[in-house]
Amino acid sequence: MPDEKKLQTVQHKKNRLGIAGWVYGGRYGAERYAYTLHRITGLGILFYFILHIFATGSRIWGEAAWTRTMALFDSPVFKAGEFLVFIAFAYHALNGLRLLFTELGCWMGKPQRPVIPYKNAVRRQRPALVVLMIIALVIIILGGFDFYLLGE
Amino acid sequence: MRESKLWLLHLLAGAIIFFLLGLHMFIMHLDSILAWLGIGYREPIDAASVFARSRQAFFMVTYIILLGAALYHGLYGLKNIINEMNLSHVIEKVIAGVLTVSGLILFAYGAYTAIFIFVK
Repeated sequence: MPDEKKLQTVQHKKNRLGIAGWVYGGRYGAERYAYTLHRITGLGILFYFILHIFATGSRIWGEAAWTRTMALFDSPVFKAGEFLVFIAFAYHALNGLRLLFTELGCWMGKPQRPVIPYKNAVRRQRPALVVLMIIALVIIILGGFDFYLLGE
Repeated sequence: MRESKLWLLHLLAGAIIFFLLGLHMFIMHLDSILAWLGIGYREPIDAASVFARSRQAFFMVTYIILLGAALYHGLYGLKNIINEMNLSHVIEKVIAGVLTVSGLILFAYGAYTAIFIFVK
């Protein structure tokens, strides 16, 4: 019995691809890559957010301290970084909305008998992925206008 | 707390962030477009605008809610990612503990800043 349990554990670990599993979509299609990008953008936003907590903490020392802190970030590199965070936010928010609704069983239709040709749940929610990504793209373009054309 | 409840909280925090961070991003980064529509703050990053917002109860409260929701959502998400790396159960527990304590410290610091400027 212990050997059988050990074998199950080994098999279980073999099935887990670790970090390699993040980038390999296999047969899962667009949603698998959406998942990978969701993770990357999530980690990027988290890293920025922690820095943001400390940067905005300078408000405690008054308006002059705030202005000095913001002057540190007043460069094209930081501006590009900030725009990247904006892109990550737009993608993560809109894809996250899809994940939230599908987690709650929405946008996937009612359960059906598996009659060929199958239309599985992933394919049923795909229009939502397309529509939400178009909305994300529109927000990113508007952000780009604001960051680089209208903002100065 | 059971993992299923922690996951549900992760989703709930995500929904809160969707609205509050959406509002924050529109105010901070789509300001020129909002100005065309006659709403929002011009130069939202200038000290005068930042401190004017920080002294409004609405912004103080929503900043703290957003801070808590975003820290929970982000750090719980990070914990889930780390848990996929086949680490031992003990290390997973230690990492979860470190992330929880870090989250609480960051929340206390951020909330203190928001309240301090509001009452000052």
